Amino acid sequence: MNWLLVIIGAAVGAPLRYLTDRAVQSRHDTVFPWGTFTVNVSGCLVLGLLTGAVAAGAASSHLQLLLGTGLCGALTTYSTFGYETLRLAEGGARFSAAANAVASVGAGLGAAYAGVALAEALWS
Amino acid sequence: MSTKPHHPQTAVVAVVALGGATGASARYGAALLWPTGTGTFPWTTLVVNVVGCAVIGVFMVVISEAWTPHRLVRPFFGTGVLGGFTTFSTYAVDIERLVAGGRARTGLAYLGLTLLAALAAVWSAVWVTRRALETVRPGRKGGERP
Repeated sequence: MNWLLVIIGAAVGAPLRYLTDRAVQSRHDTVFPWGTFTVNVSGCLVLGLLTGAVAAGAASSHLQLLLGTGLCGALTTYSTFGYETLRLAEGGARFSAAANAVASVGAGLGAAYAGVALAEALWS
Repeated sequence: MSTKPHHPQTAVVAVVALGGATGASARYGAALLWPTGTGTFPWTTLVVNVVGCAVIGVFMVVISEAWTPHRLVRPFFGTGVLGGFTTFSTYAVDIERLVAGGRARTGLAYLGLTLLAALAAVWSAVWVTRRALETVRPGRKGGERP
C-alpha cells in the first residue's frame, strides 16, 4: 500500500515536471533554467504546506507518502538542478550558474517556509 | 507521423512517469533502509541527491559524447529515474524542519554540505567520464592524437 502511494504520486509528479519544464523553457530565450527552478520552488511550497498539515494533524501519513514522497519528490529534482548549474558554468555563464544555485536554494527555502506558515495559519 | 498510432509525446510522457516511479521507489527504499530521525542530520537524502548528481554527470556525457541512444532513453533515465530519485523539496523542507526544531546549525550544515557535494559530484563525474572516454577512444575528440 505504502509503495503504491509513492509510485502513483511519482508517476504523476515526474511527467508534471517534464511538461512544466517544456512549457516554461519554450517561453523565454535566456540560458537560465527557469523550468527546473519553477518545479523545484513549486514542489517546496506544496511539501511545506503538506508537512505543516501533517504536523497539525490535518493530513495523514498516507497522504504524506502520496503527495510528499511520491508527487513532490518526483516533481522536484536535484540531479537536473546540479547538471544545469554545471552546464551554465561550463558554457561561460559563471554568474548565471552561481545565481541559479543561490536563487534555487533561497527561493526553495522561502517556499518551504511559506508553505509551513500557511499550513499553520490554516490548521493550527 | 501518420504511421504511428500515438503522438510521439505520449510515449515520452509515459516513460518519464515509469522512470519517475522507479526512481522515487528507490529513494523511498533508501529512506526505509537508512531512516534518519527527526532532528538529526538527513544523511540518506544527502547521499541520494549526491549519488543522483554523480550518475547524471556520467549519463549525460555518455549519451552526448559517446553513444546516441534510442530517443526514449534520456527521458526515461535522465528525466524519469534520476529526477524521481533525487529531490529538492525534501531537501528544503528538512532544512526548515531542523531550524524550526531548534537545530539551526544542523540545518545550515545540511544546506551547505548538500549543495557543495552535489555540485562537486556532477562536476567530477563529468570530468572523469570524459577522461575515461578519451582513454578508450584516443583522438576521437577533435580528430587529433596528442
